[in-house]
Amino acid sequence: MAFLRILLPLVFIASFAGLTAAQDASGDPMVTEPGKQTLEDILARQRGEDVPFGAQVPLPETRAGAPTADQLGTLGGASDPTLWREIRANEGTAVVASNKGPAAKVLMQEGGMWWLNFREGPLLTYGGALLGITVLLLAIFFLIRGRIKIEHGRAGITIERFKWIERFGHWLIAGSFILLGLTGLIQLAGRKLLIPTFGHEAFSTFAIAGKWVHNNVSWAFMLGLVMVFVMWIAHNLPDRTDINWILKGGGIFGKGHPPAKKFNAGQKLIFWSVIILGTSISVSGLSLLFPFEINMFGPTFAKLNDMGLPQLLGFGPIEAALTPQEEMQYAQLWHAIVSFVLMAVIIAHIYIGTLGMEGAFEAMGSGDVDLEWAREHHSIWADEVVAEQSKAAPATHPAE
Amino acid sequence: MKAFLGAVLALIVICVGANLALTNAGFSSADMTSDSNVRLGD
Repeated sequence: MAFLRILLPLVFIASFAGLTAAQDASGDPMVTEPGKQTLEDILARQRGEDVPFGAQVPLPETRAGAPTADQLGTLGGASDPTLWREIRANEGTAVVASNKGPAAKVLMQEGGMWWLNFREGPLLTYGGALLGITVLLLAIFFLIRGRIKIEHGRAGITIERFKWIERFGHWLIAGSFILLGLTGLIQLAGRKLLIPTFGHEAFSTFAIAGKWVHNNVSWAFMLGLVMVFVMWIAHNLPDRTDINWILKGGGIFGKGHPPAKKFNAGQKLIFWSVIILGTSISVSGLSLLFPFEINMFGPTFAKLNDMGLPQLLGFGPIEAALTPQEEMQYAQLWHAIVSFVLMAVIIAHIYIGTLGMEGAFEAMGSGDVDLEWAREHHSIWADEVVAEQSKAAPATHPAE
Repeated sequence: MKAFLGAVLALIVICVGANLALTNAGFSSADMTSDSNVRLGD
């Protein structure tokens, strides 16, 4: 019995020695992999030839991996799949980090490359195309229609259209949006367009300054957004005049203009675009400003899955368990996509407010517009203002 | 024009003020992914 007690461990150890020897054989250029079958095996089997399963198929040397004896050699059969599974799924006790932060223990996140490729590829391409096509369409429109003139000429009398505080709010959101749009495009197009053109060092200066401006000007945009919303919401609620205005195409082509109040349906469309898209951009921007603090996409995807929307469209449920980085990546993509749409809307707004229409810029320039311009484009509002002025006139100017 | 200049001035003030506030709030990426045991930039 004593002999057996000695012999059994020896046999046990010897079995491991055999295993180690098999692993070390990986240095051999003709490494074999048990059970591996080739296309030839399958085709031969289909022809009815007798090809035994588990045939020893030689592997090329490049696939053999480093010998286990080397410092960076593979662990082979001694590998720990549980460890790697935990690292890949960001769970368990596999990773211990001394730094804080929700993303500190994420060593692998598969969404990273998809995001990078989408950001450099379709996002930049289609976003740029949207802006380019908008400018092109406006140029074609300008060539066909020309500048929209005041049909009956200027009256020479002006009425107040916007107060100082309204123009202040408008220019606050307008100025900040232009700065944010330009600096945002610099960040987005940097790697693909600006670095190849200007070099790393010049772009670095641009990018650092642009990021500083983008982060801090955002607050002015949000303040302007709140101001504009509070000041103009009452004038931008949809009403019956909008239907007529839309049916007549705003009087863009042909003579005569459909009646409108302080804001016509086209301006209301711009107002609500700014409010809805601007709010969405602000929220996703705040999520990016305060990394990992505001997570919007995981909960939204979960709710969409619960409602069955993706399934209804023929897709499977959307992955709702997002890593902290994936939340940031989705926030960045959403921020950029919605911004591109708003930029296109604002380019059209800038066109019609400056080059496209005679007398329009004065509304935001001095705040006073020509009475004839007001009568042509905002007849109901112009009549109201004139009526108010004539009512107030006897009180302020005693009888002569 | 005065409204435009006022807005530009407000924009600059908000921008500089926001930078001061955000820097002191400790929400930068460096702050969020580090702590006192990590000596970045020392």
